[in-house]
Amino acid sequence: MYASVMRCSVMLMCFNLTACDGLITSKPNPSGIVYCSEGSPTGFNPQLDTSGTTVDASSHQVYDRLLDFDPLSGNVLLGLASSWEISEDGLRYTFQLRKNVEFHHTAYFTPSREFNAEDVIFSFDRWRLLDHPYHFVSGGAYPYVDSLSLDKLIVSINRINDYRVEFILNKPQSSFLANLATDFAVILSAEYGEKLLESHQQERIDNFPVGTGPYKFVSFRQDSYVRYVRNDNYWQPLRLTEKLIFDITPSSSLRFAKLITGECDAIGLPAHSELDIIRQSKGLVLDEKPGLNVGFWAFNTAKPPFDKAEVRRALAMAVDKNALIEAIYFDSAVPAKNIVPPTSWAFQAEQKGISYNPSGAKKLLTDNGIKPGFTMEIWAMPVERAYNPNAIKMAELIQGYLQAVGVKVDIVSFEWSTFRERLKQGIHDSVLIGWSADNGDPDNFYRPLLSCGAIKSGTNRAFWCSPEYDVLINQALQFTSIEDRQYFYFKANDLIAEQVPLLPIAHASKYQAFRSELKGFEINALGGVKFAGVVKD
Amino acid sequence: MNKVLLRYTNLVVLTLLVLSFFSFMLAYLFPGDVLANLSGVQQHDPANLEQLKARYQLDSNIFVQYWYYLMDLYRGDWGQSFSSGLPLYEEVARTLPASIELSTYALLVSFAVGLPLGFIAGLRHHRNTDYALLSMSVLGYSIPVFWLAMILILTFALQLGWFPLSGRISLLYEIPRVSGFILLDIVWSDVSNKSEVLLDAFRHLILPTLSIAAFTTTVILRITRRSVIETMNSDYIQAAYARGLNARQVLFRHGIRNAIMPILPLLAMQFTTLLTNAMIVEVIFSWPGIGNWLIQAIYQRDFPAIRVGMLAVSALVVIFTMTIDLGIRLIDPKKSKVERVAI
Repeated sequence: MYASVMRCSVMLMCFNLTACDGLITSKPNPSGIVYCSEGSPTGFNPQLDTSGTTVDASSHQVYDRLLDFDPLSGNVLLGLASSWEISEDGLRYTFQLRKNVEFHHTAYFTPSREFNAEDVIFSFDRWRLLDHPYHFVSGGAYPYVDSLSLDKLIVSINRINDYRVEFILNKPQSSFLANLATDFAVILSAEYGEKLLESHQQERIDNFPVGTGPYKFVSFRQDSYVRYVRNDNYWQPLRLTEKLIFDITPSSSLRFAKLITGECDAIGLPAHSELDIIRQSKGLVLDEKPGLNVGFWAFNTAKPPFDKAEVRRALAMAVDKNALIEAIYFDSAVPAKNIVPPTSWAFQAEQKGISYNPSGAKKLLTDNGIKPGFTMEIWAMPVERAYNPNAIKMAELIQGYLQAVGVKVDIVSFEWSTFRERLKQGIHDSVLIGWSADNGDPDNFYRPLLSCGAIKSGTNRAFWCSPEYDVLINQALQFTSIEDRQYFYFKANDLIAEQVPLLPIAHASKYQAFRSELKGFEINALGGVKFAGVVKD
Repeated sequence: MNKVLLRYTNLVVLTLLVLSFFSFMLAYLFPGDVLANLSGVQQHDPANLEQLKARYQLDSNIFVQYWYYLMDLYRGDWGQSFSSGLPLYEEVARTLPASIELSTYALLVSFAVGLPLGFIAGLRHHRNTDYALLSMSVLGYSIPVFWLAMILILTFALQLGWFPLSGRISLLYEIPRVSGFILLDIVWSDVSNKSEVLLDAFRHLILPTLSIAAFTTTVILRITRRSVIETMNSDYIQAAYARGLNARQVLFRHGIRNAIMPILPLLAMQFTTLLTNAMIVEVIFSWPGIGNWLIQAIYQRDFPAIRVGMLAVSALVVIFTMTIDLGIRLIDPKKSKVERVAI
């Protein structure tokens, strides 16, 4: 009896061990890539939302653009356009379109024709024309094009033939081509739009997207995943993986843990405090590139006493920028002198920033009638962004600095969408936020951040409207040569440094962490993550 | 017999009514608009608003409203979530089976480990084996579940890389949801590489199951041990020995049945503890169960979801507890008398 029990248990043990062996060594199949992203997209149309999460989930996966950026050099490349011509006066842009490009065949839509001029006109007219049937669908706000006033720039878009369209502008603008290559200038399917219009399901165009991009949308579950499959008819000869999954994991430490266990092949936004560990980990790769972004502290110039440049300067002087960078970015950022990063040609190395001078700040504050005990708000955004990985901690540090000059600080933070909504209303005193550029043109910093037009579209957090500044940045766009444009941007830089509508803090590097099995994964310095051409070995 | 059945049905129905009334009152107690809290529709145009008001009878008195609320509950029309806009009934139907599944496996593991160990400890009463098992059980009893889950992740997922640390299955496998129980769904699905998928699901199950089972195992061990000691000291066991049966015969013929019978309800009740612990562990392992879902709802102030989620969980616990209690009362002849039911 005893022996038989023993025999049984030995046999069980053996079975267990082999089972364990199988359990432990088996790895998930290599037929797909899992990317752990930081949040749920609000939809699948980047025209409607500038948030990086939405762009990541749609722009380069589901859609194509007329033009693209070379991720390495930042130059404009051909996308769905096979060539372009610009007229002498710079007002007429003609695009020859690529033939034999198919829209996605999905469970919810089967296209009957290939991509042509109709689709280009449909996609641009949607945000350009108020009477377009899709203009007010899904909220009807187009923050990116609004912030650049592109709708006012384009006079008309004409179809010359099926594969030729022209854009007529009302004034020359040297950044126009770059704008067409940004994440937001995606091409939707006009045929799909018509079909949805007939069945009164217009909103589906943004939630069940159809594009020409490398991956087809399959399904999305809020806070859990987005599924894509390979577009077998993709027009570019790129290697694509069979399945692409976005595993939505808001906590950065969990994303990192999943990367270690191999549940994610790549993760978005690795936390700055984890970068060193990723570098040392076997089998993980950390890519780094100087980012086209700026984190700043914007003062609400529409609200006294922040309407006085002297007050803003005094507050800026009270803060030690270098200490902030060390504590918040873990040395993965460079101190900002102005709103454009050092990689941009509008950057001025010789420009002098505001240096840390608490006693000077105190004096300047009293001179301007700010008494000790003055209380102000700092709004700190609740999410991590490359340009500011921890705004709340930064606000706490600034709180300490301002206390030293006799200013009391209340830190305010809401849930992200409420936060942006209230910022737009302009009820804040000051805010810690930033900007990531979508194309290499410096206009992408100067116009959305501080122009008068950007107040309405909600990207001008300082509510600063200076006619002088607007003239400068508009003039810069009349010229095509870099030297000519530099002249105006340098003047704009001086104006910002003098008026201090915002205190630029840092330009953070962009990071991407992934497992070494992943091949062909490059950082896209100009916008969203790209999975075309990425495969797992 | 009928009297017992009637009494239990009565109790269940009354308790559920009280629970549903409480969940209905939550719509009033939560901040914000009552209609929004009930329906989950936050922005309504005037036409829509009237229609909703009529549906929930907001102009009538509270009892009429409650009656309509009950009807909606019964029909499965539970409103929609603030944050995702999805119908809550479907959300609960998706998440609740995942939690039940996890708790069931953990309960099975606890039985498989706790019962035999409890017997060994009880039979080796006041000897070294007993002390060893008892001290182990004190350890297991006092380790907080979430901490154990963290330690398991740290060791087996991050250091050794043996097991995954989140979810029920690798997202690369797409299993159509039929029953909501992942292992069953895999078996029923027509994926080509079934064994591979099953293995992957097992790998995901191991760590969360172990972290919940640890606590319950020790509880079962202690309960069993005490019952075994009591039983083995009783007169009929002594009599059996006196009749010349050897230790094995005594244990198998008289010991096991008599030791387990009185503690069966206690053991079954562990399921509710398990479910509570599972809800904590789900968050750590990103298990797509009701606990995880409720915590998210609380974070996002998704009041309709909180209201419905609490009702679903408490109703499950009540129904389960009562059923077990009733079942035991029906099969155990010693308990013919109806007593007050304790949860």
